[in-house]
Amino acid sequence: MNLEGQLPALQIVVPLVIAPLVVLLRDAGLAWAAACVTSVMCLAVAVLQASGVLGGEVASYQMGGWPAPFGIELRVDAFSALILLVITGASTLSLLGGRASLAADIADSRQPLFYAAWLIALAGLSGIAVTGDAFNVFVFMEISSLATYILIAAGPDRRALTAVFKYLIMGTIGATFYLIGVGLVYMMTGTLNFADMEARIAEVSDQRPILVAAGFITIGLALKAAVFPLHVWLPNAYTHAPNIVTAFVAACSTKVALYVLLRFDFFVFQGNLEDHLIQFAGFMIPLALLGIVVGSAVAVVETDLKRMLAYSSVAQIGYILLGASFASVTGLMASITHMFNHALAKGALFLAVAAIGMRLSHLTLDGISGIARVMPWTMAGLAVAGASLVGIPGTAGFVSKWLLLQAAMEHGAIGFAAAAVVVLSSLAAVVYIWRIIERAWFGTPEAAESVVGVQEAPWPLLAVLWIAAAANIYFGLVPAVPLDLAASSADELLRHLP
Amino acid sequence: MTAAFAIAAAILLPLAGAASIVLTGRSPNLRESVTLLTAVALAVIVGTLLPEVMDGGRPALNVATLLPGVSIAFTVEPLGMLFAMLASVLWIVNSIYSFGYMRANAEKHQTRFYVCFAIAIAATMGIAFAGNLLTLFLFYEMLTLSTYPLVSHKGDTTTVASARVYLGILLATSIGLLLPAMVWTYTATGTLQFEPGGIIEGHLQGPAVGLLLALFVFGIGKAAVMPVHRWLPAAMVAPTPVSALLHAVAVVKAGVFTVTKVILYVFGIDLLTAEPSSGWLLYMAGFTILAASIVALRQQNLKRMLAYSTIGQLSYVVLAAAVLTPLSEIGAAVHIVAHAFGKITLFFAAGAIYTASKKTELSQLAGIGARMPWTMAAFTIGALSMIGVPPTGGFVSKWFILAGAFQTDNYVALFTIILSTALNAAYFLPVVFAAWFGREAPGQKPHGEAPFPVVLALSLTALATLGFFFFNQPVLDLERQLVESLP
Repeated sequence: MNLEGQLPALQIVVPLVIAPLVVLLRDAGLAWAAACVTSVMCLAVAVLQASGVLGGEVASYQMGGWPAPFGIELRVDAFSALILLVITGASTLSLLGGRASLAADIADSRQPLFYAAWLIALAGLSGIAVTGDAFNVFVFMEISSLATYILIAAGPDRRALTAVFKYLIMGTIGATFYLIGVGLVYMMTGTLNFADMEARIAEVSDQRPILVAAGFITIGLALKAAVFPLHVWLPNAYTHAPNIVTAFVAACSTKVALYVLLRFDFFVFQGNLEDHLIQFAGFMIPLALLGIVVGSAVAVVETDLKRMLAYSSVAQIGYILLGASFASVTGLMASITHMFNHALAKGALFLAVAAIGMRLSHLTLDGISGIARVMPWTMAGLAVAGASLVGIPGTAGFVSKWLLLQAAMEHGAIGFAAAAVVVLSSLAAVVYIWRIIERAWFGTPEAAESVVGVQEAPWPLLAVLWIAAAANIYFGLVPAVPLDLAASSADELLRHLP
Repeated sequence: MTAAFAIAAAILLPLAGAASIVLTGRSPNLRESVTLLTAVALAVIVGTLLPEVMDGGRPALNVATLLPGVSIAFTVEPLGMLFAMLASVLWIVNSIYSFGYMRANAEKHQTRFYVCFAIAIAATMGIAFAGNLLTLFLFYEMLTLSTYPLVSHKGDTTTVASARVYLGILLATSIGLLLPAMVWTYTATGTLQFEPGGIIEGHLQGPAVGLLLALFVFGIGKAAVMPVHRWLPAAMVAPTPVSALLHAVAVVKAGVFTVTKVILYVFGIDLLTAEPSSGWLLYMAGFTILAASIVALRQQNLKRMLAYSTIGQLSYVVLAAAVLTPLSEIGAAVHIVAHAFGKITLFFAAGAIYTASKKTELSQLAGIGARMPWTMAAFTIGALSMIGVPPTGGFVSKWFILAGAFQTDNYVALFTIILSTALNAAYFLPVVFAAWFGREAPGQKPHGEAPFPVVLALSLTALATLGFFFFNQPVLDLERQLVESLP
């Protein structure tokens, strides 16, 4: 087997093997460098896989040489490739730019442990994306979650601990629900492989345990993905984590849970359970719309920058879910493209917040009054990312919002109502992003902690912020790659519909 | 220089100018030279496109295709050519005016002022040359955002509150109504391209057409069709050069330009003529004309009066476009030019009066003609053009709009224009009369004319207002292409 065939395995094995080695490194700088190199390698692997998938091949890897239904199968199709790009890209940019910011939050002696946890989180998240095995998903979900708890708990003040405790309890409930669901399906079908499950569940699809399993799996994953009203863990976790960790986690962790939700639901349940599509849409569309409304409304009145953006994430998860619950090609394309584009926009926004956080300790609207005079590059990057979040044409956010509106308009009366909600929520996004920009560019310093004497953020952070901002513009003008991946993912998912 | 290059240059040059202004911000003389140089270069570049368009060519440039039928692309057609020429030439005059005005009033943040001004002009060029709705929308939003710092220039609480009204209304209408209108158009037709004759025909019919038209007209808040007009009086807190070029020419004309373009190139005249559900636009425009004139009658502040006059005059363009006859469509295009010359002159005069005497209220203007003869002469010409008295530009466009209305015996339009002419006379002539023949209140500080650049600029635009009455043939030739295919 040539190297190309090993790529799905390398995606997990590289970070997983290097993580314990990083612990051995005593020097914080070396640990950071090792983590960076690993993350860049993972990104390279993800890019190679994506280009392979774009060429039309689906990579399948049999762990230990055991054939598929019996052994664990790793499977990389368009959808997984896109998610891998998001995960590894977010990790790489955050790590490359985040050295100074993380050093300010975490003691030197603990940094090697921190970077090891980061790599384990990276391995876990990538593992969820590449595996074709339902139980394996659970294992990687636990690996990534435990590592993420560590990352968030490294936050600079003690409130991080209560935030992470809440997250831990909720996350564990979510994972347990998922496990119960998978257990029930295994009980009825005797298999854990997604493809095999799809084939075998047809015989028992009228049995009650399968219905119960569908409920458990959907709710458990919705908890992990912070779908409204199961989002309560998210704002605190994002707010009190180290700023760089927030950029990483906000860009990819909820999306990975959504990925599993869509994959499980469409591969296993949609084609086999009677009227499942109607139940799924009837259950998810209201939740998505409520999430959009509530998340946007709270973000409009929130004055803490990180909380504001966290609530905006709740609304954006609603967008992703809304597109998927239309279960049309355009809807799924909107949803999947938005996973990519929102990661770009929100990742860049949190990187900008991290840059401000390097210079100010209070990340509130009052605190940043007039800061654009001293940090013009940071705030300009924030403005570009903000435009993408709002969905201004020419930025990545526009492409997915356009698809989402189009999908909604194709969906009849409910769709028109949904489109109205999306438009209103975009207006809300204009308001909350504008509140930041107005304060930063046109405000005068008035708070006790003045911005006078503050310098521009360190250049590595600025550089990655601008790479992310430029990506927002690039993928807004040339959206072919995410759109192609999203289109073939949508086809793949819809193929399983009856 | 190829046409595609010229299109790109017309949009990028003001942006490059903005960057150079930032770099030269420390030296006011250098900074202002850069501004003027950019303005002249822009006018030249836009001018190079003119011959090709006159000959019936449609230079185009495709920047990026986002989705099938959704792209960022430019096409120069007669209406956009006219708008771009107008904005770029008046930018030169307005820059000269700005130098005098900003220095004489010792305004702060002058570098920011010139930078945002240049960005706003770049956005205006983008709107003028936009080849589809999406591109237009992009630059429309850019124009809104780049003018916010100009409107809130003074930075005090009341100014910022007004500027927020400005920004809020323009953003809310464009995202809340215009964007859904675009998505609806795209879902129905699969394209956003501006096509002569429209793209909607055969895809939508019945009340849906009227509803979509409403989404467009009210979504294009910059056209200030009531009830979406409140932002324009709010914008009067800006320094006068901003009110002059942006809120009499670039921003508001971008609005009516877009409405005209949507009527001509998205709906198509044939469809709107055949579809009774779109008839409301004529009445709404007529109502706006009359209501704005009545409100203007009651204003005490000169700039606010001019703002309401602008709201009325903008709806002339919308009304003319909504009459849906070839002559009235030409009238709409000509009125964009005629009103621009007249109204920029009036605003220049208002700013000159403020600079020389700090007077802003109508009641203070009695007898000011003796102290500022040049300014008030220009003001008089501008006012006559608003009323539509020959020999001013306003007469030409009114003539075409009336002729178009006669073509279809559209008595609503005829009646509105005649009544509005009377109202315009009723609020402009007393001001002009008092300025020349009124007696100045005792105890006034003596003052003369405003600084030379200011007087020069307003004399030039007043001359253009007069000149447009005599030399309007090129504009007519250009705009006749708009309706060549029509009966």
